[in-house]
Amino acid sequence: MSDRELRVSKIRNGTVIDHISAGQALNVLAILGIDAGSGETVSVGMRVPSDRLGSKDIVKVEGRELSQDEVDVLSLIAPAATINIVREFDVVEKHRVERPSEVVGVLSCPNPHCVTTEDEPVESRFDVLDDGIRCSYCDTIVRDGIAEQIDVA
Amino acid sequence: MRHDHIISAKQLSRADIEEVLDRAAEMDADPETFADRHGNALLGLLFFEPSTRTKMSFTAAVKRLGGDVVDLGTVESSSVKKGESLADTVRVVEGYADALVLRHPSEGSAQMASEFVDVPLINAGDGAGQHPTQTLLDLYTIRESAGFDDLTIGIMGDLKYGRTVHSLAHALTTVDADQHFVSPESLQLPRNVRYDLHEEGASIREHTELEPVLPELDVLYVTRIQAERFPDESEYRAVAGEYQIDAETLEAARDDLTVMHPLPRVDEIAHDIDETDHAHYFQQAHSGVPVRMALLDLVLGGDR
Repeated sequence: MSDRELRVSKIRNGTVIDHISAGQALNVLAILGIDAGSGETVSVGMRVPSDRLGSKDIVKVEGRELSQDEVDVLSLIAPAATINIVREFDVVEKHRVERPSEVVGVLSCPNPHCVTTEDEPVESRFDVLDDGIRCSYCDTIVRDGIAEQIDVA
Repeated sequence: MRHDHIISAKQLSRADIEEVLDRAAEMDADPETFADRHGNALLGLLFFEPSTRTKMSFTAAVKRLGGDVVDLGTVESSSVKKGESLADTVRVVEGYADALVLRHPSEGSAQMASEFVDVPLINAGDGAGQHPTQTLLDLYTIRESAGFDDLTIGIMGDLKYGRTVHSLAHALTTVDADQHFVSPESLQLPRNVRYDLHEEGASIREHTELEPVLPELDVLYVTRIQAERFPDESEYRAVAGEYQIDAETLEAARDDLTVMHPLPRVDEIAHDIDETDHAHYFQQAHSGVPVRMALLDLVLGGDR
């Protein structure tokens, strides 16, 4: 990306999530639990031209690295995403997301009768299928709208 | 059989099923021999929903093995009423018992509870999820009356919310049964069950009427369609009537058709069937004791 096209500023320390499927940036923020009240410095680019994807979203978060659980869920809604860890303006680590066999936490089960939606000391857990995810507790399958299950509570 | 917990029919292999049923048959034939087999065993009963036959037959089963029960009692009279989590309740009660039996209205509750305890936990029904011990006694009746070879079975009624149906359908894939599902469109099999049956390569067909498929069946498994699943009473009445059978209905069936029902029934099987050779539902309910004896024997370490 040339300087002329650069729409968001560089970050000093934190994470750049690049090659997010176009339109999914706000869901990525939700996965990270970032909203108006969170306090992080965040830059978001939506529908930025991309050689690889045509158009893409990009999220830069200052002072924040991602947990494995967050990366796992991210891979479901942005399978082509790359994660760049930045320290002192340099990318010190760069990797693509991989589709995990299960995701723990971050998402909530859409079945209102699922035990994970109750006040029990248990995190949500989903097996990852070829074309969706499946609650490891109640067996409910989610195919479309995985992003809608991001637990923003 | 090597399972710490009995959570879902999906975990049971054909060999597991045959092992339980074989032992149940031994116990059924000669219960006296097993009368002191688990003389000190205490079974913890945690029923968060009403139950008659499941709770009574588990109680009878452990007593017939020489053991006894410790019972949480009704939810209203227990610490659950004070807001205790299920995870805490099972961790406390496992200290009082050698194995636990759990019925709970939430789907996945048995799976979650099993992650918090070291003693064997048996799922006696988790919401609209699974009911694997009912499945084992259903299979016991099917094996006795029709056998597992070339089995063609019709499963009719509320296939969406009926947990006995979900468990049974999974288990029937292990014996390669041809399964016909008969229900109103609004109560067809849920997506997750259909997904599993498809993954298992099961032979299933779905129908909205019994009539075309009835003559092919070795077994007809009938379940209750509940009024609360419908927006209003008249719609329920219109639909439910389509899935009731009586002696006249069965004139089109094979002479050796086995009719089953997990009970309680309301009016989906007319009383005029009770006296025919088709009726196996009371025998099915009675087998709950030997089958649960066999299962308890296996989870309590009764290997010889």
